Amino acid sequence: MRTAWALFLTFAKIGLFTFGGGYAMIPLIQREAVENRGWVSQEDILDVVAIAESTPGPIAINAATFIGSRVAGRRGAACATLGVVLPSFLIILAISYALEAFEHLRAVRYAFWGIRAGVLALILRALCNLFRQCRKDAFSVAIMLGAFAAAALLKVNAIAVIACCGALGVARAYAGRAKP
Amino acid sequence: MICLDLFWTFFRIGLFTFGGGYAMLPLIQSEVLAHGWMDTAQIVNFIAVSESTPGPFAVNISTYIGRVTAGIPGAVCATAGVVLPSFTVILIVAAFYAKFRRSRAVEGAMTGLRPTVIGLIAASLLSIGREVFAPGAGWVPAIVSLGIFALAALLAFRRKHPICVIALSAAIGVAAGYALQL
Repeated sequence: MRTAWALFLTFAKIGLFTFGGGYAMIPLIQREAVENRGWVSQEDILDVVAIAESTPGPIAINAATFIGSRVAGRRGAACATLGVVLPSFLIILAISYALEAFEHLRAVRYAFWGIRAGVLALILRALCNLFRQCRKDAFSVAIMLGAFAAAALLKVNAIAVIACCGALGVARAYAGRAKP
Repeated sequence: MICLDLFWTFFRIGLFTFGGGYAMLPLIQSEVLAHGWMDTAQIVNFIAVSESTPGPFAVNISTYIGRVTAGIPGAVCATAGVVLPSFTVILIVAAFYAKFRRSRAVEGAMTGLRPTVIGLIAASLLSIGREVFAPGAGWVPAIVSLGIFALAALLAFRRKHPICVIALSAAIGVAAGYALQL
């Protein structure tokens, strides 16, 4: 019970102090779960990241559930996940009322008009980072272009594109051409 | 009823998101626009809010859309929906994760999924860009937007913190908005 509570508190702290989520959370998880608590070893953190990346869902949630379950089973997983979710949930709940109250103000409209152009730049940077890290063999490039064309030109639903391309990757692996 | 729809929609979004941060954006766009819960401008506005508040983007946006669409019960349903697939899959995987890591199917799926996410985010970027630079209110605002974007991109690629990029864009937006009487 004390471990479960510690998991909840630690992940609430991680959730509260990570801006942007995902990969931004990994160093903090490392500090809290490896160095301060000793819940997972330094090598295991690599496993945590690899698994969080290759399973569906946000990386932050995946990492919290995984570490929670390693430390204290299903109850630990539930506590860690609730911990990482709760701070943002409460903060956004509060902000949603403020946004509604102020979004019609002239200054706020102007601010968001400027912000939208800025966010575009942030998305571009994220895209470039992902592109740099991705393999660029013929298969990957074909998938990139195919997914782009399907979404941008043919307006195919994103879920359908993801399901098809994931299946293509699996099929290719079993066809024996993929180098593991 | 709308709560059930929120739960199920965000459940699907959670189930098909691979990777962190903006990997979820194309799915949010597809699903949320199809439901008419928010328009593109509102989604982009909220990205800025999410970058400036703690916590994962996934939780932030599902809480927000749920709350705006169906109050606090909506927020709970959407957030539970986005979390549940991760939670369930990880509990299963944690039981035999050594096997999972060496699985050929998982490895193969990821070789397909990583480039997919890139193609989809590029498509999102294009559609959002079209909206941001649309000369609906005349050419001057569109050109100012382009200027803000160029400056923001310069800062972003020099690894300035997103909050810093957002704050500057907001300041220019307010100044230009009043100056041009948009």
